Amino acid sequence: MAVLDILVYPDPRLKQISKPVVQFDDSLRSFILDLEETMRAGPGSVGIAAPQVGRLERIVIVDISCKPKIKHHGRLVLINPEIISREGLAVGREGCLSVPEYTGNVMRAKFITLQAWDEFGKARDFQMERYEARAVQHEMDHLDGLLLLDRLVSRRDLFRRQTQEAASPQSKTP
Amino acid sequence: MKKWFMLTLVGKDRPGIVAQITRALYEGECNLGEASMVRLGGNFTVMLMVQFVGNEQALDDLIGPICRSFDMRHHVDAIEGELLHHMEPDVRITVYGADRSGIIAEATGALAEKGFNILNLESDVGGTAENPIYVMTIEGVAEQGIEVLEEALQKLAQEKGLETQLEPIDTLIG
Repeated sequence: MAVLDILVYPDPRLKQISKPVVQFDDSLRSFILDLEETMRAGPGSVGIAAPQVGRLERIVIVDISCKPKIKHHGRLVLINPEIISREGLAVGREGCLSVPEYTGNVMRAKFITLQAWDEFGKARDFQMERYEARAVQHEMDHLDGLLLLDRLVSRRDLFRRQTQEAASPQSKTP
Repeated sequence: MKKWFMLTLVGKDRPGIVAQITRALYEGECNLGEASMVRLGGNFTVMLMVQFVGNEQALDDLIGPICRSFDMRHHVDAIEGELLHHMEPDVRITVYGADRSGIIAEATGALAEKGFNILNLESDVGGTAENPIYVMTIEGVAEQGIEVLEEALQKLAQEKGLETQLEPIDTLIG
């Protein structure tokens, strides 16, 4: 196992679209162990995506189990993940290992239904909410060359959105 | 060696202010740092970190003609400046209510007593001329914890007739 080097913006590889994984073999699993070790070495990081270490394949790891009192599915290896449905919107603050010394407010779906494969090639479905859903959406953005910098919302939006949401809790993704 | 200055500017808002001021600074070999620029009540206001090789007077001379051409007042202060050392807010507070004198003083006074360090405050007056409302969004660090701030805001809501919301900011690092 090894801690891999994290690419930092403006490295152009962070803006590329990653390819699906086709081989679920030992080499993939060995890479995933390195990727996980890299994530755990990052300060307070709850997720990582393969392109952040320069491997342009659709692999992310998310583990928010360190956060108290938040619903989660434990350590998740998500390969070729697809969001099947989204519901609700919420603004939250995000930072990124690939964008040091910067945090910003980003709008994400509150609830998602997700399909992905694990490192053994087994298909899995998940229903996720809030913080875990946010982490997955943040990491999946990396697979499409998107950073939190591509999704910033202003603080003025924040209050308007919150009051709109309070007025219509059933609001759906447009 | 270049030193940091804080340049403040204020004047009647009109198009082109930022472009021309920053062009003059760029041509004067200044490096610009963090900035806050916003229109307040029809005035355009700028607070801008400027790194410059000369002294306050030389920077003043550089920016003076362009400021006068926009009929803007400006001020230059030598500062201790540093980039890439952000403090992260852990609480977002919204306070709003029918506009009247004393809202900010009451709210921030109650919060300061409980160890709240403001990093960012934005406020707006909305509503109508007959019934203006005051809306304030504050981000900061709860140095004595969130519970004491919640108590202070509840008291503020009861005693001063203001609407208050507190939301922890749990920055997601991915």
